[in-house]
Amino acid sequence: MKNYIKYFGILALGMVACEPEFENPVDDQDAYTSGEADFSNYVALGNSLTAGYADGTLYLSGQQNSYPNILAQQFAKVQETNGFTQPLVADNSGGLLLNGVQLPGYNTRLVLGVSESGPAPRNYGGAITTDVSNILTGPFNNMAVPGAKSYELLAPGYGSMEALMQQRANPYFVRFASAPNTTVVADAVAQDPTFFTLWIGNNDVFLYAVSGGVGVDQTGNLDPSEYGRNDISDPQVFAGAYSQIVSEMVEAGAEEGVLLNIPDVTSAAFFNTVPNNALVLNAEQAAGLTGYFQAVAGIFTQYLMSQQVPAAQAQAIASQYAITFNEGPNRFLIDVPVTQTNPLGFRQMTQEELLLLTINQAALKQQGYGTAAITPQVMEVLGILQAGGQPTQEQAQLVLNAVNAIDDKDALDQSEIQAIDAATAAYNQTINQVAQANDLALVDMNALSIKVSNEGIPYDAGTLTGEFAVGGLFSLDGVHFTPRGYALVANEVIKAINSTYNATVPKVNIGNYKTITPSND
Amino acid sequence: MRKILLLTVFALASAVTYAGGYRVGVQGQRALAMGHTGVAVVNSAELGFFNPAGLVHLENQLTISAGVSAVFAEVAWQNSDTGDIARTDNPAGTPFYFNASYKLNENLALGLSVYTPYGSTVKWEDDWAGSHLVNNIQLQAIYIQPLVSYKIADFFSIGGGPIFVTGSVNFNRNLTRTLSDIDGNRSNVTIDASGVTEWGWSVGGLFTFTEDLRLGVNYRSEIIMHAEGGEADFENIPNTPLAPFQDTTFDAELPLPAELTVGLSYELNEKWLLAFDYNRTFWGVYESLDIQFANGTTSTNPRAYEDSSTWRFGAQYEATDKLTLRAGYYFDESPVQEGYFAPETPRNDSMGFTAGLSLDVTSRLAIDASFAYIRFDEVDASYNHYIDENGQNVPFGGTYKSVAFIPGIGVTYKL
Repeated sequence: MKNYIKYFGILALGMVACEPEFENPVDDQDAYTSGEADFSNYVALGNSLTAGYADGTLYLSGQQNSYPNILAQQFAKVQETNGFTQPLVADNSGGLLLNGVQLPGYNTRLVLGVSESGPAPRNYGGAITTDVSNILTGPFNNMAVPGAKSYELLAPGYGSMEALMQQRANPYFVRFASAPNTTVVADAVAQDPTFFTLWIGNNDVFLYAVSGGVGVDQTGNLDPSEYGRNDISDPQVFAGAYSQIVSEMVEAGAEEGVLLNIPDVTSAAFFNTVPNNALVLNAEQAAGLTGYFQAVAGIFTQYLMSQQVPAAQAQAIASQYAITFNEGPNRFLIDVPVTQTNPLGFRQMTQEELLLLTINQAALKQQGYGTAAITPQVMEVLGILQAGGQPTQEQAQLVLNAVNAIDDKDALDQSEIQAIDAATAAYNQTINQVAQANDLALVDMNALSIKVSNEGIPYDAGTLTGEFAVGGLFSLDGVHFTPRGYALVANEVIKAINSTYNATVPKVNIGNYKTITPSND
Repeated sequence: MRKILLLTVFALASAVTYAGGYRVGVQGQRALAMGHTGVAVVNSAELGFFNPAGLVHLENQLTISAGVSAVFAEVAWQNSDTGDIARTDNPAGTPFYFNASYKLNENLALGLSVYTPYGSTVKWEDDWAGSHLVNNIQLQAIYIQPLVSYKIADFFSIGGGPIFVTGSVNFNRNLTRTLSDIDGNRSNVTIDASGVTEWGWSVGGLFTFTEDLRLGVNYRSEIIMHAEGGEADFENIPNTPLAPFQDTTFDAELPLPAELTVGLSYELNEKWLLAFDYNRTFWGVYESLDIQFANGTTSTNPRAYEDSSTWRFGAQYEATDKLTLRAGYYFDESPVQEGYFAPETPRNDSMGFTAGLSLDVTSRLAIDASFAYIRFDEVDASYNHYIDENGQNVPFGGTYKSVAFIPGIGVTYKL
């Protein structure tokens, strides 16, 4: 009997070995290759887009889906790495506190709420618990700082609490700077990086764009200390900062890396959600507005003539305000600088001009914002004119004052778009040159952004597009990406790495990454 | 969006179906050791399951066979495009059987059999790449069957009886590939139904051509399990009317298909016995699985299973007076068709290699042991019938590799 029992023992041993084995397991040491790249200590530099910022703020699950974090997970499938750390915030609410008090402008994340009037973005109601005064101990592989411009990555004190109190520092960098006087790049270099990604310069032009172009195009001014937040950085200032960042990283040992260029700013959902021809009129409304602007032209002709302008010239100038409106969609009017040729300082928008997501859409629909705020008193004056009467000067002024064109801050006009495009093109030329000079991989985010907004990117469950809230690329702030959008960026980076460094890093399936978050909380 | 989300969730039914495909052929240590042949082998009360017509041929007045096995079955999945890999962490399944046969006279025997021909536990890591299809599933069905076996003539006997089935299912999956609560915890649903009962029957016939050569035929009926009022429990649902998931109840039907077996046994000499069984399992009944939720939604899930065959070969060798050795092999064809390969039961064609022994401890009591190793080919396969929250058909594919070890032990008691 005892003899047989030992056979049962052997049988029992067999079941311990029950593990299915693939012929070519993907978790095998040499399933993939890093080629000439070395991912063992990857450091990411950038701004909000690299930090995983989404829905108007930085929150935990956004950071977990940052493209550098997605990349690091794929790198770990290719070679042994030192891991990837991020300066994680405390919660999924977003927003920032300073010593327990909310920092103005740093609100909670946007979520898609549903009310009786339908779904719309709103701020999440959860408590903000990330306090800037709670300084984290690094080092952190993801060194991205939301809001940073190119030259700010090299600015000492950018992470100093003292400077923050004087609004000269960035609260996100204050959270994890190794010392008050350090720079972002210094902290990155100190980590002995073997590989890096750099996506910086967006804010050098983007903050101007999202402000509706209220900032100044500083092209020609080489002193960034004179720049305001919403200004466009001079391309030479950008080029100088950019080259220095890259050379410091390369000298620190990260001889392989990826540079991402500046997307086509105006292809963001932020500029393409409210159409410039959203003024939809019926025949009666169109006739009414046309009549009103004929009255404006007539009144202004008379005014000019009263100012000794010859009749023909007065009519020529004023006729630009006799704008015709048609049944159906019409383009809005915007404010432009007052000039001799456009003394009233407004005109109808051109086809390529853009309205911002943040424009007061209720005012567009209900208060004549973008055309004219025609009150009963104005109607009265129009009646007098129609009857062939002569309004008083006060009444005439009432008619002119009713013009309600869109403010500069709510729109990008032609000249602003030109300034944005020119700066973007100049920055991208620099990025291209720096990539070539240093044999670094380049991701053409500019081409990608145009492709997404024109035709979309197919994936296993449809097509990713730039359409606000439903397209999948943009989070609810219309500027930053969803996790699926960041996964797309990660795949583009991987593509560039594989072709530049003869690597075989596997891509991710972007369909497994979420888009916007619905919540009524 | 609301309607669409509702639709997707209710595609969950798939799991139940595939688990139904998980037929566990472990209904007797002696038979299993011989490749799970037995429709024409007169050996022990295991015949209660394999062919009740044979019970009347058992020599002793009372024969009892009982046993239990441990099923160690694991599945691995990987996708070389993404570098993702996942492995199941299944707890051991424990199918068991109890067969008793009592001979009233030379021509008539009564019996009682309890066995678990269907059962499955598949446990993937929560939120793995295929979690929108299944996180984990547990399925169990216990058959209880009173039997009668009657010898019509020396060369022919019949047997059979009604089957009472009690079953349960517990299944969890994520609602979609991406839906989560505000903190990123994936939204998921568990459906649970237990104490589901149903009736069926089986009947068999055994031809004894000579003392050495027998031919058996056995048919077990299809049994459709009707789960009524099961619980559907939704977790991590974001607070929004766009994802209106609330705990509810459901009704569903789960067919346990009919099985026809034809086989031979041949006693070569006093020491050697050879056996061959052919099974035809009528999986074709699984065309579609419909789940009705109490809130009025119905989910229709095409299954497109096809009838499948299993070829089984076994041999028995009486080494000594007290020790009998057995070995066997079978080829098991999968009922799952191309494009319907889901991780609930990733079952492709397999081969079973079996061995075992019986040791007579006393003249009345024997210990039966068996061991089966089930080998599956590595297979590239996908499930192409998942409809996501936007109405898009999203395939889920990759490379699958399964393996199973089944050690078992039992006793045979004769009086």
